[in-house]
Amino acid sequence: MAVQAITTTLGEAPQPRRQRLLEDERWLAFFLIVPTMVLLGMFIAYPFVRGILLSVTNSRVGVPGDFVGLANFHKIWNDSIFRTSVYNTFLYTGVTTVFKLSLGLWLAMLLNRNFKGKAFTRAFILLPFIIPTVLSTFAWKWMFDPTFSVLNWLLFHVGAITGRINWMGDPDLAMISIIIVNIWRGVPFFAISLLAGLQTISPELNEAAAIDGAKPWQRFWHVTWPLLLPVTMVVVLFSVIQTFADFQIVYVMTGGGPANATHLFATYAYQIGIGTGLLSEGAAISLAMFPVLLLVVVFQLLYIRRVETR
Amino acid sequence: MIEGALWRRWVFFYIPMALFLIFLLFPFYWMIITSVRPDGELYRPWNSINYNPFWTWKPTWDHFKYLFEETLFSAWLWNTMFIALVSTAISLVCGVFAGYALSRLNFPFAGSLGTGVFITYLVPQTLLFIPLAEMIRNYRLGDTPWSLILTYPTFLIPFCTWLMMGYFKAVPKELEECARIDGASRWQAMLYIIIPVAIPGILSAGIFAFTLSWNEFIYALVFLSSPEQKTVPVGVTSELIRGDVFFWGPLMAGALLGSIPVAIAYSFFVEHYVAGLTGSVKG
Repeated sequence: MAVQAITTTLGEAPQPRRQRLLEDERWLAFFLIVPTMVLLGMFIAYPFVRGILLSVTNSRVGVPGDFVGLANFHKIWNDSIFRTSVYNTFLYTGVTTVFKLSLGLWLAMLLNRNFKGKAFTRAFILLPFIIPTVLSTFAWKWMFDPTFSVLNWLLFHVGAITGRINWMGDPDLAMISIIIVNIWRGVPFFAISLLAGLQTISPELNEAAAIDGAKPWQRFWHVTWPLLLPVTMVVVLFSVIQTFADFQIVYVMTGGGPANATHLFATYAYQIGIGTGLLSEGAAISLAMFPVLLLVVVFQLLYIRRVETR
Repeated sequence: MIEGALWRRWVFFYIPMALFLIFLLFPFYWMIITSVRPDGELYRPWNSINYNPFWTWKPTWDHFKYLFEETLFSAWLWNTMFIALVSTAISLVCGVFAGYALSRLNFPFAGSLGTGVFITYLVPQTLLFIPLAEMIRNYRLGDTPWSLILTYPTFLIPFCTWLMMGYFKAVPKELEECARIDGASRWQAMLYIIIPVAIPGILSAGIFAFTLSWNEFIYALVFLSSPEQKTVPVGVTSELIRGDVFFWGPLMAGALLGSIPVAIAYSFFVEHYVAGLTGSVKG
């Protein structure tokens, strides 16, 4: 079929100049890559520069503003809510990553066995990751509702609590709630990616170790884990970036409250930049994420390069 | 099959697996049961007696009716679908072309352009939404689907390109050379020989991109303002909550209906989706 297609199009004889250009490898590459570069340049590179320019002015919505140097950064540095957001973001990223990795790895090991309904189970397990986060987070918010919480009902009936727990009213409990939702959303991603990594490890290696007398735990630690490490690193770094810049879960669950205690970089930037219209200050807050993100990306690039050249 | 003594199988496999499944799937069950439960049962305090929260004997369609009669839910569904399909199509075309060029053609700066695409892949939407909001306003694109159709490719193209590069690299060079010897031009060899071979990759990239754009929230939240322009996630968030009052029945019904199109797309292409997911992180 493909050959037929070629002979028919060859008969049409396109314009010679265009054809000559497309025959040149560099020109063809240029034409193929231009649409991508234009879109990415217009909507990533340019906004990035705009963001930096915005963060050194005092613009508001509809007011261009003047150059103020680093005043915005100085202001947010002394802002106690910003400091809380920084602390929260690191806590949120750190705690969820540890849980997502350990639970995800556990689930991947469970899924790596052969059992009835394996394909079915795997398909269902990914649901939290594919269903729009905002929509599933509403289900969690409803489960954590102070008056009608099903979790309170459950805890009450198993005898763990005697009064109600006001999940969203207490800063620590609210933080724990959003951490739980993030873990819930991220575990499937970790599990399925790590499962793909596990499946590339030849079972013969584990069998050989077993014959040599290695206990299951030793086999995991000395055979499986080192071979899985490259995939694990990439998955973890990828997830760290997403979690660090997370917005949706906190926006829906707490909106940054109670009393601005659960803000992350992104939700605080939204509240300042869009909510109150202080564009430049909001831009400064979201740009404050950049150094950490850059560090993770550079680390990831170096790591991939090292693995590839090995 | 699972080996070992019966108690070992239960302790090390069945019980942990069941707990995982309950943890991961319970919110969806809760969403479904809430959406068909009458208001009288919904707003009953959690400690009232004789109350079974996990089941209802009086299912109702009221919440769904409310959604379609009292809100613009059908418009939100249509907007989301339209935006997701168009931005996925744009991203696939750009991603397939760029992926082909970056993986199979020799040209100056190919390596650094590839790295550049990878870096943009890692840029989160929350880093740039404020300057983008300003740009969208300046170009008078605010409150139109085009504000999203043009910006969604910024996180879809890098992903599609990255995934397609992996697929194209696996296609042997000889395939193209044969076609060229038979008289095909470079362009034809790409379009009729290499791209058809990479169709599974294109499907994976497409299905993944579709779910990503269906999922997107912050750009839609910031760029769209009038109710009839909104996408499902934004519409549900802003129109079904009045101040402190949450309309939980319609909210859960909306969450359920808003999830179904992605769930259907996903269920048809599970294998492709998983390939896209694992390919996207490994590259």
